[in-house]
Amino acid sequence: MSALGQSLKRIEDRPLVTGAGRFAADERRPGQVYMRVVRSPVAFGRLVGVDIDEAAALPGVRAVWVHADIAHLPPIDFRMTRIPGLDPYRQYVLAKDYVRYVGDPVAVVFADDPYVAEDAAEMVFCDIEEEDACLDATGDPVPFMPQTLPGVLSEPACIVKAYGDLDAAFAGAAHVIELEVKVGRHTGVPLETRGALAVYDAARDVITMYGASKVPHYNRDTIARMLGLPRDHVQLSEGHVGGGFGIRGELYPEDVLVCCAAHALGVPVKWVEDRREHLLAANHSRDQVHRMRAAVNADGFILGLTDVFFTDQGGYVRTHGGTVSDLAAALLPGPYVIPAYRVEGHIRLTNKTPAGTYRAPGRYETTFARERLMDAIAHRLGLDPVEVRKVNLIREDQMPFDRRIDALGTHVVYDSGKYHDLLERTLARLDYPALKARLAARRAAGEKVGMGLAYFVEKSGLGPRDRVTLTVLPDDRIEVVTGVASIGQGVETAMAQICSDVVDLPIQNISVIHGQTERISEGYGAFASRVTVMTGSAVRLASQALRETAFAQAAPLLQTRPDDLDLVGGRVVARSSGAAISLSDLAQQLPEGLTAEGVFEADHMTYPYGIHVAQVKVDPETCGVSVEHYLVAYDVGRAINPMMIDGQIVGAAAQGIGGARLGGFVYDEAGRPFAASFADYLMPTCHEMPTVDVLLREDAPSPLNPLGVKGAGEGGITAVGAAIAAAVDDALGRPGLIDRLPISPNRLHAVMGAGG
Amino acid sequence: MSDKHAVTLNVNGKDYRIQVEPRRTLADALRDDCGLTGTHIGCEHGVCGACTVLVDDRPVRSCLMFAVQVEGARVRTVEGLAKGEELHPLQKAFWEKHGLQCGFCTPGFLMLATGILEAEPDISDEDLRDVLSSNLCRCTGYQNIIKAVCAAASEMRACQPSASL
Repeated sequence: MSALGQSLKRIEDRPLVTGAGRFAADERRPGQVYMRVVRSPVAFGRLVGVDIDEAAALPGVRAVWVHADIAHLPPIDFRMTRIPGLDPYRQYVLAKDYVRYVGDPVAVVFADDPYVAEDAAEMVFCDIEEEDACLDATGDPVPFMPQTLPGVLSEPACIVKAYGDLDAAFAGAAHVIELEVKVGRHTGVPLETRGALAVYDAARDVITMYGASKVPHYNRDTIARMLGLPRDHVQLSEGHVGGGFGIRGELYPEDVLVCCAAHALGVPVKWVEDRREHLLAANHSRDQVHRMRAAVNADGFILGLTDVFFTDQGGYVRTHGGTVSDLAAALLPGPYVIPAYRVEGHIRLTNKTPAGTYRAPGRYETTFARERLMDAIAHRLGLDPVEVRKVNLIREDQMPFDRRIDALGTHVVYDSGKYHDLLERTLARLDYPALKARLAARRAAGEKVGMGLAYFVEKSGLGPRDRVTLTVLPDDRIEVVTGVASIGQGVETAMAQICSDVVDLPIQNISVIHGQTERISEGYGAFASRVTVMTGSAVRLASQALRETAFAQAAPLLQTRPDDLDLVGGRVVARSSGAAISLSDLAQQLPEGLTAEGVFEADHMTYPYGIHVAQVKVDPETCGVSVEHYLVAYDVGRAINPMMIDGQIVGAAAQGIGGARLGGFVYDEAGRPFAASFADYLMPTCHEMPTVDVLLREDAPSPLNPLGVKGAGEGGITAVGAAIAAAVDDALGRPGLIDRLPISPNRLHAVMGAGG
Repeated sequence: MSDKHAVTLNVNGKDYRIQVEPRRTLADALRDDCGLTGTHIGCEHGVCGACTVLVDDRPVRSCLMFAVQVEGARVRTVEGLAKGEELHPLQKAFWEKHGLQCGFCTPGFLMLATGILEAEPDISDEDLRDVLSSNLCRCTGYQNIIKAVCAAASEMRACQPSASL
């Protein structure tokens, strides 16, 4: 039986359950020194000086650096979505002239012991002339660094996308509906904090950084460029990674600093951040305000839509450039036809932690915006929310559907989808009329219960390409070398299943290498739900190439023709004679061994889609929202390992359910963060988690790759905010009540009080 | 700051004689002085539970204890769960039920669950959920962790000689 589609146990789990994992902080080398970052205690101000004398004099301290000591290092450049005008807003690895958020790195201390490094860091005094912090991304732009960059304001760019005839749409509208919504500040918060160990090998003149993740090849190239070294003089190596969620593994100041220090000091340099630093310094995300205006006909069909939105990207523009705003602008229309559209996305900087991507970036926010709008339309027209969605959904016969705009430099064309069909299946799974009646009966009996539904389109499989090499090893083993990264999502098992499908060996016989820049010439990493689509397709092509090579080489040995051969259980078998040779034996007979390469290229993304349904109960005393039941319906085209996809969806839903109801990042008026520990930045425990029912479908395979797959990593979170907001409205009988996330108890108390 | 104390840590039945400052946490001592990096540090303020180990069979946050407090106690960590190649029922169940993704929180959950199931083999599912809510996981959404611990609890009960016989 093919391994594809089987819920096989993961091949990567044994070291993780026995404590033998190698996470970033587990790496150590003799003679290593520890780096500790001194961070700005204020949100905005002119950096007048840094007094390091007392810290430098502490026994055990090797060095203390400020910006002047590394002034040759350029600011960190953009990895994605480089938009003209962003350059002045890049972050230097240590603050230059100004500090722009609480947590901005000002100095670094290197010491023989991590406790001493912390002691010394506390002795560094930052002389900062504090200025008023800007915390509102929707106000008039303010100076970025008033004295040193006069005229540079806090709006680095504005993204505009449009199609269709909006004037006609609004002229012909039966209703015009306006809505402003806000999504608060959250981030991925992997349970492993960031960390790295850089080792300089003077004999080879190579710096190796352990603790890499997500995009090792890109980061290798960038670190080498920043340090002025040839790219093969820097290598990145990934061990185990304790969660990614978009934020881990981007190139941060600390990664560059450890590499620079290992080179300059000539000793291994280790850095592991603490949780407070993580919450202050690793990328935040979300934090958007949308102002929508929809022209709607008498049936609820949206004739035209405009949106002006603001993304609060915090102190600097980091590696993602304009990614989040670009995705938000392009994908706001979601699963609906919307024949005319114009969007204006303002990228704004404030004095908060810089922001990048977090699982479903741009889609989480815009799904909340769009689905709240759909509910508002339903309410205005007196229609069932499901009916309004049906009226607007793109039909199956309209696929592939050209949205006529771009996202991440690719043309947005929904490759396949049966949107109405998935909605019908979801309603059937819920027994929708009966569920509605049950909830109405409970409400009549005094309970505040309700349900909400939200539809969304995800995107996945960003190119441009992926390369994979296969090598047949002795003892019926195959090594698959990829250029991707594993952030805990089961990459090794998924790739092994795809290879196993062709070579017909158990997945336990297949080793999957990832995150090692020394092992493969190029790699594009693990983000944007791209691994199974891109790398998986490359593994399939490489496996097929391996089979063809094996047949060509084995045919003379087995005294037959290649087309008489089969690959069964890792053995090349002649159908006519039954003669056979294992791949391992064949490889040993070939002077070059048995290897193959696969390259998969894609210039369009693939678009999975789904529906979330939340059933909630509001406690009118505490204003707490408990989620009684949750359903995610999701079409991934083709499921390689349904158990792992369920795991991705349920885990993502948990992140969303936590984020929709718990605090998030909030600041006082001076820009000091309130949420700098797990006691303040709340995350769901198993107590807050309902049972999540997953309706996994494979009705619309992607025509864009040989497996038909679409990414599964993000769709579990995309519509959580939208579905829970609708459910709370329903529970309280107050349509449109929830117009911002998170729905914290104090926020709910405030809005419930306003209407009785 | 550098006045170090000689401490003997008994971890998984083996004595480690180490020199530590009084302020050194048990988590750091286990990881850096004993080389047992299976115990992970997720927050250093006692919320996430990734660093949970057993001290005299009771689950503790090793980031909130000092190494010098553990002199004379028996410490158990994830490295001591398996018997050679044979995994502990909880380790098997986490693997079988897909109770881990990145695996960073897993050692803490395994030790928390070991502690509670040894102390209260007949604990109800509801109370078990209550105990498991003391640790954080960011990947799984907990559903499979709870399934795994419940499955292991059944197996561990089945393996225990009944007290009434």
